Amino acid sequence: MAIGHSSESPAATGVSPSRAGTRLTRTRKPLSDNAYGYLFLSPWLVGLLVFLAGPTLVSLYLSFTDFNLLQPPKWVGAQNYITLFTRDPRYLKALRVTFTYVFTAAPLNLIFALLLALLLNSKIRGISFYRAVYYVPSLLGGSVAIAILWQQIFGLDGVVSQILGFFGVHGTSWVSSPKQALWTLVILHVWQFGSAMIIFLAGLKQIPAELYEAATIDGAGKVRRFWFITLPMLTPVIFFNLVLQIINSFQAFTPAFIISGGKGGPLDSTLFYTLYVYIQGFTNFRMGYASAMGWILLIIIGVFTALAFLSSKYWVHYDDAR
Amino acid sequence: MATSARTVWVFPFSQLLTHLVLLAGAFCMLYPLLWMIGSSFKPDSEIFTDLSPIPRSLDLTNYIRGWVLGTGTSFTTFYFNSFVVCAGAIIGNLLSCSLAAYAFARIRFRLRGMWFAVMLGTLMLPFHVTVVPQYIIFNTLGWTNTFLPLVVPKFFAVDAFFIFLMVQFIRGIPIELEQAAMVDGCNRFQIFTKIILPLLGPALVTTTIFTFIWTYNDFFSQLLYLSTENHYTVSLGLRLFLDASGQSAWGPMFAMTTLSLVPVILVFAFFQRRLVEGIATTGLKG
Repeated sequence: MAIGHSSESPAATGVSPSRAGTRLTRTRKPLSDNAYGYLFLSPWLVGLLVFLAGPTLVSLYLSFTDFNLLQPPKWVGAQNYITLFTRDPRYLKALRVTFTYVFTAAPLNLIFALLLALLLNSKIRGISFYRAVYYVPSLLGGSVAIAILWQQIFGLDGVVSQILGFFGVHGTSWVSSPKQALWTLVILHVWQFGSAMIIFLAGLKQIPAELYEAATIDGAGKVRRFWFITLPMLTPVIFFNLVLQIINSFQAFTPAFIISGGKGGPLDSTLFYTLYVYIQGFTNFRMGYASAMGWILLIIIGVFTALAFLSSKYWVHYDDAR
Repeated sequence: MATSARTVWVFPFSQLLTHLVLLAGAFCMLYPLLWMIGSSFKPDSEIFTDLSPIPRSLDLTNYIRGWVLGTGTSFTTFYFNSFVVCAGAIIGNLLSCSLAAYAFARIRFRLRGMWFAVMLGTLMLPFHVTVVPQYIIFNTLGWTNTFLPLVVPKFFAVDAFFIFLMVQFIRGIPIELEQAAMVDGCNRFQIFTKIILPLLGPALVTTTIFTFIWTYNDFFSQLLYLSTENHYTVSLGLRLFLDASGQSAWGPMFAMTTLSLVPVILVFAFFQRRLVEGIATTGLKG
């Protein structure tokens, strides 16, 4: 209740707590928890207002305007949204490219992560070596350096073309083929399955060994133990990884930008959503239009995260819900 | 030998098979990196004709040729800038996130639950929603083409991941320590600086590592805010290299990309355990 007034006083009392303490009969709490709470939280609250929540609302307003940074925003109603869906084939293409990317790269990434986590979960020598090797790509994968490397590997004379050449497939440059360019980016994402693998490994360690022992005594083989113990017990972790993957892969930017030279080519085949936001907002300076795209992305991510949460009660198994 | 006395019940061949699969996988995972490192030592003519990642000689010419760009700017500038931005971001995150985390974890204040939910909600907020208004703010302040837009937000705890990480950690610290300190007359600030911060060490290290890696690898916001070469970071320097000398200087380019991965790999080598724990407990993306 007295947040406004007390948020200023700690500077005065907090500096000399000992003096404040001796003046009265030893007050244990010179300041209420409420005041302290908001005091500690104040940097975050300012950040939330200025850099996160505020801009989110401002961009909602801007999405209904025409704005190029030089002239004041001009209200155009829902025009930006209508144009996006009816008169901008590039936007629809960007949506298609992004959805294709998310719904191939994310599941493949998780499948590899789970497979490797299962392999590494056995008592095997050199586990820390394998874990490190499989994990390192996900630390490096988002960098410009790796995007450049990928461009070369899948280029005309790149390693992939040469290896395929051995098998008689005389390839073209993958990155400059409209049909294949996106798949090089999918492969790049799948290559980074290491961090999901680490989360799976942590999840596997949590499964009580008694469950397996009991199942073995009851005569369950390896396959059945996997389907009836490992997988159900792991569903919360799978769910967690799935939500993370959706949020992250919708926002991929760097590899598409580098590999396509910032244009999303060839023939817009790697025009990621975020790349198109960048092109419209910061190359063409159509900032109202870019804001509309940003908000649609927020809604898309929100919807898919919500779907994951809503569907989770049908397939995610929580221990306490048994 | 892998099946010594300790695992008599394991069928030896199954382990052998697992090892073979794991080794083959490891080779596929590492091959692109090894090929790049190898190429950084090869002359241009050899890079695309020789698939072997092992160079014939350890020739450092590419590194010397690549270090200074045709425009006169060198990677010395880019590395310096990258490290300045990283240092600023790290200090900002450590200060602001630990303060917020302590409040969320230990202090009972009004609407705590609601603010905590809002904090978690911001994890989901795509950068592209806030980017236009943020750009307007920094443009109005005249901060474009400085490091401020990349550093200042970190002093206001915009990376909620780290708040979450620290909240989890603080909840594991025995509360008796704080209660004892309170009886002794400590206020919340003293508790925070004298008890929580020293014990928060591991979480602070994790925050430092991840902030470093993310900031160092970041490209989008650096592309947005830094416009002249003398302010370029490593990410932007590499892209400039690609655009400027692009199709002609493969060797020097691979030398510079290889070099640019060294800081992250070093961090990984020294802090592997922290990184793995950080991911496993909070799902920070690597």
